[in-house]
Amino acid sequence: MPGPDLKLDHVASLARIALTADEKARFASQLGEVLSYIAQLNEVDVSGVEPTAHAFPVVNVWAADVPQPGLSVEDALRNAPQVRDNMFVVPRVVE
Amino acid sequence: MTRPWTEAVPADTRQLSIGELSARMEAGSLSAVELMQELVARTKAVEGRVRAFNSFDEADALAQARASDERRAGARRLGRGAVRPLEGIPVGIKDVISVAGQPLTASSRMLENFVSPYDATVTERLKDAGAVCWGRLNLDEFAMGSSTENSAFGATSNPWDLERVPGGSSGGSAAAVAAGEAVAALGSDTGGSIRQPAALCSVVGLKPTYGRVSRYGLIAFASSLDQIGPFARSVRDAAVLLGAIAGHDPRDSTSVRLEVPDYARGVDELAKSGRKWRLGIPKEYFGEGLDPEVGAAVEEAIGEYRRMGCEVREVSLPHTKYAIATYYIIATAECSSNLARFDGVRYGHRSREATDALDIYFKSRAEGFGQEVKRRIILGTYVLSSGYYDAYYLRAQKVRTLIRGDFLQAYREVDAIVTPTSPTPAFRKGEKAADPLAMYLNDIYTIGVNLAGLPGMSVPCGFTKAGLPVGLQIIGQPFKETELLAIGAAYEERTQWHGRVPPL
Repeated sequence: MPGPDLKLDHVASLARIALTADEKARFASQLGEVLSYIAQLNEVDVSGVEPTAHAFPVVNVWAADVPQPGLSVEDALRNAPQVRDNMFVVPRVVE
Repeated sequence: MTRPWTEAVPADTRQLSIGELSARMEAGSLSAVELMQELVARTKAVEGRVRAFNSFDEADALAQARASDERRAGARRLGRGAVRPLEGIPVGIKDVISVAGQPLTASSRMLENFVSPYDATVTERLKDAGAVCWGRLNLDEFAMGSSTENSAFGATSNPWDLERVPGGSSGGSAAAVAAGEAVAALGSDTGGSIRQPAALCSVVGLKPTYGRVSRYGLIAFASSLDQIGPFARSVRDAAVLLGAIAGHDPRDSTSVRLEVPDYARGVDELAKSGRKWRLGIPKEYFGEGLDPEVGAAVEEAIGEYRRMGCEVREVSLPHTKYAIATYYIIATAECSSNLARFDGVRYGHRSREATDALDIYFKSRAEGFGQEVKRRIILGTYVLSSGYYDAYYLRAQKVRTLIRGDFLQAYREVDAIVTPTSPTPAFRKGEKAADPLAMYLNDIYTIGVNLAGLPGMSVPCGFTKAGLPVGLQIIGQPFKETELLAIGAAYEERTQWHGRVPPL
């Protein structure tokens, strides 16, 4: 496992979160501490161990392919920040 | 000497179980409306100090109670008793579980103005069971935290000591039940978020086996760990609630197709059978970091089981020390993925400063999320990022296998495992707020249960000299909630801790 070499600007950019200078300083030290703690997992011998994604894996859950009622347009748009003509409004993305 | 819990019990229904309240309503000496009115009055009287609720809708709750009274009256006219198990019982709901037409904030600025367009499956089932859905209970933002201090709308206080935290993340649920503002409540538990606040507030809290209860309509934090469960005044009340909310749901593909037993009846039958349980005490849970008074109360509880004739033996869960590190990789990885949906486009907070599409994401998330949520999303993004995935995430999933294996090995010789729920009693507000790692370490005894997908329950088992509650954690075998509840009920029957109410 690599050391705590978290490049905060890069990772925050991947996470799509703008951080203030203050947050960057604080998170760098706090997350550094957490990553040092997490590094103890290096001690564990995991050779030959299968990973667990779910404690009780459920596979191939099939559903009948029949239409079900969904949200009405009104309900779907009810919490939208900006709406026009039954659509979500966002800034222009293509010039 | 006056202890907090020896104060006179007020002449209200605060100490009555669901069974007793139902009997009174059935006999006609109490109506659902009267019970709801009493809770509203109680809530208004103590909320200024406790702050368990983000919001409540008094008119809606009273309308639900009125409908319940009408259903009961209708059944009576037909010569029948009420058939719904929670008829007229007010149940508080953590503000991360959808109730149609009610706010759903996750205690976050991101969802400050969000209104649920639909019911969660557990909400539907509570309503079908006759319950009154009562209020939106406070939590750590997006259920990330162990103190309910991470709420964007203000911290909840521990009803036993208002200077201290109620635990978290379901601190509002625990505090509301402890303070008599709700008969019972629902919370969610990803790393201890039901059991730890239950312990710190002296109520019963049950996290069911992963897959036992549908997560549809629960705002996802870490999908392979999250599970909804009840807070209650007694183990039997928790059994009734679990029976109401459990079961397969086609809308949650991780919910299991297993029949839901009658938990309350099962507990009674096991109590009658006088079964002697085999209980395991994991030595790793009684070492450094355990508060001596908590340790003493838990030892005394274990002694009570011995006196009942249960077989108590030491077991080993050798990978316990790695549980927190494993959890903070897996849980943050899953949260970074789940919370990607909060993009300011379709719902939730949108920054007024944003000028282009990417800007909407960066600024809305910066303004909408609090500090702990940002920290966890960033950590989770890092452990999943190119070049680090195998070293962190994959390795953590393998250690998870070992942690789960420890429990399954122990269950070859014992029926359940008994531990402290939390290493310390309730800590002071602000004490750990600036030190995330110290806050994380508080979950050392509860986290392994989520990683292994097991059912776990906290039951009140005493108080420290300062009058702070202590919880006993009982960890059961997968899908054997009846046995887990029966083991808890056996202890509860022989002790009086669950009847105590805080002096508010």
